[in-house]
Amino acid sequence: MTENLPPDLEQEQELAQRRFLRDDVARASGRVAFFQYLAVGVFLFLISGFWRLQIESPELYSEQAERNRIKSLPILAPRGKILDRDGRVIVDNHSSFSLLLSRDNLNEEHLKPIADGLGMEFDDLNARVRRYRRRPTYEAVVIKDELSPGEIAFVESHRDPATFPELELIHAQRRLYPANGLAAHVVGYVGEVSEPELNSAEFIEYEPGDVVGKQGLEREYNKQLMGVDGQRQVVVDKLGVPRQMIGNKPARPGKDLQLTIDLDVQAVAELALEGKQGAIVALDPRSGEILAMVSTPAYDPNRFAGRIKLNDWKEIRDNPANPLLNRAIQSRLAPGSTFKPIMALAGLEEGVITPDFRVHCSGGASFYGRYFKCHKKGGHGTVDLQRAIAGSCDVFFYTVGNKLGIDKIAKYATLAGLGSKTGIDLPHESAGLVPSSQWKMRTYRQKWYAGETISVSIGQGALEVSPLQLAHAIGGIATGGIWQKPHLVVSAGGKEPATRADLKMENINQVIDGMWAVVNGGGTGGKARLPGLDVCGKTGTAQLASNDVLKGTAIGKTMKDNAWFVGFAPRQSPEIVVVALLEAGLHGDMAAPPVRDVIKAYFDKKARKDPGQKLAQAPQPVPVRTAQSRVAPQVEARP
Amino acid sequence: MSVASYRSFRDIDWPLVLITLAICSLGILQIYSATLGSVFRDAWVRQIVYTCVGLGLFWLASRIDYHTLLGHSYWMYGLCLIALIGVFVIGTVSGGARRWIPLFGGFKLQVSEFVKIALVLLLARFLTEQKREQLDWRDLLKLVGLVGVPMLLVAKQPDLGTSLTYLPILLAGILLTGLRWQYLVVVALVLALALPAAWVLLHDYQRARLTTFLDPSADPRGSGYQVIQSMIAVGHGGMWGRGVTRGTQTQLQFLPISHTDFIFSSFAEEHGFVGVVVVLGLYFLLLMQIVQNAQTAPDRAGMYICMGIAGMLLFHVLVNVGMVVGRMPVTGIPLPLMSFGGSNTLSVFLLLGLVNNVRLRRFVN
Repeated sequence: MTENLPPDLEQEQELAQRRFLRDDVARASGRVAFFQYLAVGVFLFLISGFWRLQIESPELYSEQAERNRIKSLPILAPRGKILDRDGRVIVDNHSSFSLLLSRDNLNEEHLKPIADGLGMEFDDLNARVRRYRRRPTYEAVVIKDELSPGEIAFVESHRDPATFPELELIHAQRRLYPANGLAAHVVGYVGEVSEPELNSAEFIEYEPGDVVGKQGLEREYNKQLMGVDGQRQVVVDKLGVPRQMIGNKPARPGKDLQLTIDLDVQAVAELALEGKQGAIVALDPRSGEILAMVSTPAYDPNRFAGRIKLNDWKEIRDNPANPLLNRAIQSRLAPGSTFKPIMALAGLEEGVITPDFRVHCSGGASFYGRYFKCHKKGGHGTVDLQRAIAGSCDVFFYTVGNKLGIDKIAKYATLAGLGSKTGIDLPHESAGLVPSSQWKMRTYRQKWYAGETISVSIGQGALEVSPLQLAHAIGGIATGGIWQKPHLVVSAGGKEPATRADLKMENINQVIDGMWAVVNGGGTGGKARLPGLDVCGKTGTAQLASNDVLKGTAIGKTMKDNAWFVGFAPRQSPEIVVVALLEAGLHGDMAAPPVRDVIKAYFDKKARKDPGQKLAQAPQPVPVRTAQSRVAPQVEARP
Repeated sequence: MSVASYRSFRDIDWPLVLITLAICSLGILQIYSATLGSVFRDAWVRQIVYTCVGLGLFWLASRIDYHTLLGHSYWMYGLCLIALIGVFVIGTVSGGARRWIPLFGGFKLQVSEFVKIALVLLLARFLTEQKREQLDWRDLLKLVGLVGVPMLLVAKQPDLGTSLTYLPILLAGILLTGLRWQYLVVVALVLALALPAAWVLLHDYQRARLTTFLDPSADPRGSGYQVIQSMIAVGHGGMWGRGVTRGTQTQLQFLPISHTDFIFSSFAEEHGFVGVVVVLGLYFLLLMQIVQNAQTAPDRAGMYICMGIAGMLLFHVLVNVGMVVGRMPVTGIPLPLMSFGGSNTLSVFLLLGLVNNVRLRRFVN
């Protein structure tokens, strides 16, 4: 039936249709009428259904509507545990009961007696309920955690519909952290996600009331640790008795997190810093795994695990020693003489000095019209590289620094990882600072003056590092120029290739020999010596870095120097690098005993595990490092 | 037939338009109430947009002479088949079913809704081209094939409910054309034998739906739950209803999908028996208006178009409202013009536009 017909045929079609229709009329209208009656029947059928439900017996359904109360109760997903490298539990979960107030049948008058019965402040309770005002009424408010047996009894006896039907008990999981803040800065703590956090990209997929990691590993690996809550739907009758469970979506528990931390080594490190302010970082330079990380003073994360009381929070926040600061990764302090090994390497690699290069130290030297003192009054006398490292002669390194110039120094410092974040899997790491002429121009719009290089040469001036960065830097040198990314979680390792540098093995060996002499050859780090083990190290006594130093370092009335010590063992194929920072420690060698203790703990444990392995080695002539293609020449050991 | 007849403004089926808009408005009001405070809270705004676009489509569908459309009905049907196959290939999945083809702007096109239009036109053309007075078995088979193929494609998505809505279009056509009573007997016998076979082919949940229809308390968790809640909501409405936004079953989210399939439960709870009678009355008037257009249609084709649409709408109302009071199994088909949903609303407006189209050309002079 198209319209593209010639006019006469069109007319014919029309007429034909008309005739057709006329013939059909009687029959068609009969059928159409049938449809109309059918429609009436259908509608009557439908209306009768409504009649039955709404008019005939409406009380039946009203009653059911009021009576059939479907409660949706969350099944909390347990958070993943945090374990040490041997599988021992560091952070666990702890069961308790929490009290909910359901809002769809909330009677405001009940709030006061409920608060009284539970020993809560009425104002606190009221404020809590108010905060949920905008949320849909079927969402309940959590008003108390960790209910004591007495409180549970109160709730159970008052939950009936005649008294306080709004009360609900749910089984809750709470985080249990080690007592006394062991590894507090590493693990962090959890808390309810806050309003501003909900608006940020990191937490956007969460809901108010969700418990998420706020600091430390709890935050960094929150996704993995956090499970997915399930839901239980229960029909309760007039008496509030659950009659039927109609829906059960099981909770998906969070995954456990296995750390590289060794609790035995960690415990020794914590003990070594007891009562002091500072940090210790111990890592395995072969893999980047962190064996221990301590920052003191610390805090007890268990206080944060429930709902922290305002006073507790104020106490922690207002403590001038700043316990929330993770000094291991957030400190930005001058490293002092611990920077000298990097200087030595720079000098050798750039060819401005040789192992035989000698300087006469008489207690100080003049550069650019200023007199720079050496820490040893009277000077060290004539020193070569080995003696300069062992005795930490400032004059020697002033000279080296002056020959190198700031940018070459910056090159090697940057190569060793200073001045940028190591990328450890913890939030809020500081990048530190490596000064250079470019940096100074960019920041202060001024030229770098050669005189400024002098203080940088001994690890002062604008140079800023964290204990972790120092450990990472020295660790890479100790392994011959391979820097592995530090990490705290086992599964995070091996994901990125190590940074490698093309350094001459003989230069590395020179530096290491010097560091060996610091500990074993009459140097400044004798306190770190361990018989039967080739410990190498370097002391550092650093003046406080710059004017905008972080609060919490022991300023007090006097500006006391910080004590640093970095050590690694064994000399050949080092397995552990430890850095200790003692704020206001006054003298670098004060930081040596903690390092010694940590290294000893590590090897003692290793010996316990595998007694057959011979690890005690008597001091030997400089060994040939065959790890690389270059072979170092045999050199006599120095006393 | 394409005589240039003067179509005046007054010729538009105003009663049809007004009744339609009345139903839509009540629908939008109910969607607003049912989604208050939930994640769907802007659904009513979108439904207003759909209604406005729908009016535009209504006008469009009235403009082109329906005979022209009939001329194109075969390839439109072919296009629909391709689109249905396309759903399996590029369709998006939602709620365990693959029914939509994604379009620009995030809009999803539920193809099966628009297939109805092609089907109505196709059957109208096919049946009008019959030379015989009654259908014989050859024609019957062709018809079953023409309707059965899209039905199968849709049922496979899976969307059994929508596929069943194609059936009344076919039945309306057969009713009007006439069938020898012997054929009716044969068909009945065939169905009786085919039913067990169909039972085997159904998915588990579809079977469960049918059994819970007979006894909702047997599965209070799944589809039984929906019907029980719906009946409670309806009963809770009483004579005059709980008031707009005051239906506790609706507001406390006890009533599932209250802005789509179960919108009439929500309406019944809030507006009571009185409201129910009014809306059902409106639907009845809508159908009668369509039927009147069928009776005044200038030719058989126009009559088929109108009756096919009327039959389909009656089926929709019967099944959806019946489900709300527990007298029909839960099939997941929406209530036309009231349920929230773009594809369904727009396709209904297009179909009503076709009805208007027929009416506009009723004076063939």
